[in-house]
Amino acid sequence: MSRFLVRWGVFLAVVVCWQVLTTIADHPYFPTPLEILGAGQQMWLSGTAATLFLSPDAIDALLPSIGRLVGGWLLAVVAGVVLGTALGLSRRLLEYTGPVFAFFRSLPLPALVPVFVLLCRLGTQMVLAVILFGAVWAVLLNTVDGVRTVDRVQLDTARAFRVPAVRRLLGIVLPAALPKVFAGLRVSLSQSVTLMVVAELFAANGGLGGELRDAQDQFDFAQMWAVVVLIGVLGYTLNTLLLAVERHALGWHPVAGGRRPPARAGGHLVDHA
Amino acid sequence: MSTMLELARLSHVYGGDHAAIAELSFTVDTGELACIVGPSGCGKSTLLRAIAGLLAPTRGSVLLHGSPVRGVPDDLAVVFQDYSRSLFPWLTVQSNVEFPLRGRVRRNERQDRARFALAQVGLAGAAHKHPQQLSGGMQQRVALARALAYQPSLLLLDEPFASVDAQTRFELEDLLLRVHAEQGTTMLLVTHDIDESVYLGDRVLVLSGSPARVLADLPVDLPRNRDQITTRGSETFVELRSEVARLLRGLPIPVTT
Repeated sequence: MSRFLVRWGVFLAVVVCWQVLTTIADHPYFPTPLEILGAGQQMWLSGTAATLFLSPDAIDALLPSIGRLVGGWLLAVVAGVVLGTALGLSRRLLEYTGPVFAFFRSLPLPALVPVFVLLCRLGTQMVLAVILFGAVWAVLLNTVDGVRTVDRVQLDTARAFRVPAVRRLLGIVLPAALPKVFAGLRVSLSQSVTLMVVAELFAANGGLGGELRDAQDQFDFAQMWAVVVLIGVLGYTLNTLLLAVERHALGWHPVAGGRRPPARAGGHLVDHA
Repeated sequence: MSTMLELARLSHVYGGDHAAIAELSFTVDTGELACIVGPSGCGKSTLLRAIAGLLAPTRGSVLLHGSPVRGVPDDLAVVFQDYSRSLFPWLTVQSNVEFPLRGRVRRNERQDRARFALAQVGLAGAAHKHPQQLSGGMQQRVALARALAYQPSLLLLDEPFASVDAQTRFELEDLLLRVHAEQGTTMLLVTHDIDESVYLGDRVLVLSGSPARVLADLPVDLPRNRDQITTRGSETFVELRSEVARLLRGLPIPVTT
């Protein structure tokens, strides 16, 4: 509890410093935190009780962004876990595909956005495609790693008890891989936030990225900063939710409560392949 | 007594040149507790894996209830040496014991069987813990309970007590003898510990170094009711363990381990 207070105390102190410095500097590029909050409230929370005080603007920008982010990430998670499990189970498949994946995961993700602008129509479809293609690798490679580290003795035990293959997969391989999978989920979630913003900066219709670009075009720096802060809050909230899910799912895991297994942007197995 | 298990000239060669077991033939009767003792790395684990159907032998056959083993037989259970690697850390002790029964036994019976087996190994109170919260000896009891709840007609034990301390090992040996007396399950136990093989077995099969062959098949003429102190001090025990030791000592040191 006291650690909690200290951490947020430091956070609050930084914000207060920022407020003081920006007030003294009085520079148009750097509005004070209070001005930023005011702009944010004006933009998103000026609605009526009927819409939970959300302004039409919030409904047009914030909700689509969250939808694309979560939707794209979930697509990446499903694709990554399914493909990663298949690859992890087959040494040969992994040997063949390892270099391909190592290449794709080495690409700087925002560099893909212009490609997808060409391939897809601007809008939701493009943003989803960018997030899916960018965030899938971390999930996939960590799942491969997790599946590869399942203990042979556990599988032999299950085989000796004639546990059918499907139950060996769902009841042993996946739970055993779960700590690594969650490491991949955390990396891919923060990648998804980045990709969502970058893709929306390009995409024509709305979203937080669109608002960011519009505010910049109109030299409305308080609004611009408000969008930045909101994106930060969004990323932080989603990450906190994911950690809560992880802590619940990995309650049995000795390190999941305190020090978690190291997150990897890619698997070491593929690096050496 | 009827024959439970029969091995006929069983051989296995790894990768074309490393012979692990050669021409092994022996039988195990129903209800018997047979011990296999041999030097480390002599192919004992290969033998168990072949019996369990986890490995297809190069030559020869394994007959269970008189019919050849192809794939994993239905009513066989294995307890491995490495309890920490054979139990599932994400499941509670109770769920670990129930795991092999899922999909084959209805829920009520499954729970009853697991509870009974856990009580049998003295772990009734630990059902809702996770394996990693228990000591090594207790974890191996869970593995044993899981095998017992499965109600196999043949229980294979691969160096089951090799990873626990001496005190716990004595306790677990006596637990195994008690369970064997209560259930009458046919058991085949592999060990590299000469004393253990004589103390536990109705019969001791002595294997040679790699590739493993049967050197001797010795009946253990000790009363079934055994005791760590008096049995181990008895003349029959001392003579038998010396004979097994002589047989093993007479071997050339295995080149491969």
